[in-house]
Amino acid sequence: MSAALEIEELSISFPVAGQRVRVVDEVTLQIQPGEVLALVGESGSGKSMIALGCLRLVPKPGRVDAGRVLLHGRDLMPLSVPEMRKLRGASLAMIFQEPMTSLSPVVTVGEQVAEAILLHEKVTRKAAHARCVELFERVGIPDAGARTHAYPHQLSGGLKQRVMIAMALSTRPRVLIADEPTTALDVTIQAQILELLRELQRETDSAILLITHDFGIVNELADRVAVLYAGRLVEEAPRETLLHRPRHPYTQGLLRSMPGSVVKGERLEEIAGTLPPLTELPAGCRFATRCARVFEPCHESTPASLQLAPEHSAFCFAVAEEEGG
Amino acid sequence: MLAYILRRLGYGVGVVFGVLFVLFVLFFQIATPDDIARRALGEKARAQDIEDWKANNGYDRPLWPWQDFRDNQLFTHYHSMLRFDFGRSDVDGTPIARRLREGVAPSLTITVPIFVLSLLLTVLLGLFVAFFRETYIDIAGVFLCVLGMSVSILLYIIGGQFLIGKLLHWFPISGFDLDPSVMLRFIALPVMIGVLSAAGGDVRFYRTVFVEETGRDYVRTARAKGAGELRVMLRHVLRNSLIPILTRVVVTIPFLFVGSLLLENFFGIPGLGSLTVDSIQQNDFRTLRVIVFVFSLMFIGGQIATDISYAAVDSRVRLE
Repeated sequence: MSAALEIEELSISFPVAGQRVRVVDEVTLQIQPGEVLALVGESGSGKSMIALGCLRLVPKPGRVDAGRVLLHGRDLMPLSVPEMRKLRGASLAMIFQEPMTSLSPVVTVGEQVAEAILLHEKVTRKAAHARCVELFERVGIPDAGARTHAYPHQLSGGLKQRVMIAMALSTRPRVLIADEPTTALDVTIQAQILELLRELQRETDSAILLITHDFGIVNELADRVAVLYAGRLVEEAPRETLLHRPRHPYTQGLLRSMPGSVVKGERLEEIAGTLPPLTELPAGCRFATRCARVFEPCHESTPASLQLAPEHSAFCFAVAEEEGG
Repeated sequence: MLAYILRRLGYGVGVVFGVLFVLFVLFFQIATPDDIARRALGEKARAQDIEDWKANNGYDRPLWPWQDFRDNQLFTHYHSMLRFDFGRSDVDGTPIARRLREGVAPSLTITVPIFVLSLLLTVLLGLFVAFFRETYIDIAGVFLCVLGMSVSILLYIIGGQFLIGKLLHWFPISGFDLDPSVMLRFIALPVMIGVLSAAGGDVRFYRTVFVEETGRDYVRTARAKGAGELRVMLRHVLRNSLIPILTRVVVTIPFLFVGSLLLENFFGIPGLGSLTVDSIQQNDFRTLRVIVFVFSLMFIGGQIATDISYAAVDSRVRLE
């Protein structure tokens, strides 16, 4: 069986100060139908660019330099613009981070969801609207019928995100990309939205690429986790393995810096330094400048994927040496 | 909504009273009746002639209420202006109201076509250039806009008259007739020039508005649900750009009645623009005072109309 979504050696670059900088560098990921893969990383690590790359919506002047994105085995990169448009929002939908600004302020939310349906299916406006009411009910919007006539500013952030989810689900996509779906929301609302996503995912058996920087959300929702640092994968593992037995120094550092990782009263650890500017990325391993276990090979070349267990791999020379390489 | 409109109109009345006061100071205190009489009669006029002229034209009474509470110019000024009883021209004694009425139609015959054509053309061109943003089409478009903006309207007028009127003989160089059968021939050139001379600035403005909107998150959402670029531009970007467009456009609607000073003057169109220029040249202070008052009313009306039209296009704007 082919994977729902495969990303193969995807590279995305932006021009910065006269040179092209790889903000996503040869990232390879696979998501099976019914699986939730969390993509974790700091701000600026390239998570959202991977998502936009899958939809072929990388904003100019950025561009996809190399790599393939396969949706159920079909390569998206060679598709024509109209063919790609047919897939967007239909087989491959996306939920954005900012529900506040991601809806058009001058159109009713019902009309915006109906547009998503009408773009892909030959149904009447009335039928699309009826479906929209159903969807609103499904995603837990109270008073769904009346709310379809509301404008975004009349809804709370949580309701707006539910509208976004309803829009993304309106055409029953088999792959859903959720880019920090709860970051802009209150903690209580976050929990509700995550619960909703999990329910919907079980119901429809769709595959979700969940982009987040929050291990709490990873723990709630993810089956597998991929960790990204400065545009490169550093570690990939099933949730339990990654949360409890991470191997890459960056993943270990991330988890140690989380509240709850230490005994009460002790100071949290931090990862020394900050994400390097895109123009000053180190030549070898991109984490080398901040890594406690750095040694010569790290400065010389990029670490390759090292298989630690059937589904667990890390990109690190130090880990490779440990393993007796 | 109704309460808002009423309150807004109330403010408008206040502004009108203020405008009338400023006008009074300008036309009675700064340019005194003596000055006006001397301008009308010439520098060598005798003192007695000036007194006679002031008496004949109603300029001989005291200005302020504290000089004569019951009979003063300030009261007459407010009273006659607010009743639209504009009196007669200082120069030839024709009723000013009649001259205004006669001037409106010729002014509208060129300003309305210019307004409609230029709005359609510039919004479409703005969308077109924004659609091709960051390509050579966009760069060329912006270059042409700036070029067009940099050229004086006088050059458009004189160049147009020379090229189309004199060399090509397509349309008359100047002149006007309200008779519908020949009117089109006369207004074609001024309308063309009116549209062309303003196009650069407008296109560039609309392009900026549209390009700014295309960077918004909801545009990305529209693309992610599978909307094509054209649909994104027409349904999402254009609709969200209506507020800045309206701000620019609705204010100008009242000025359609005012006509265009330069176009009317150069093309010999007997509209309100020509009336204004003639009044200035002939030292017709009373007519000028009326024109400034009427134009102010138009402007205040335009501001109110703009505020109200916001609510019509954007549900976020709540007028209370």
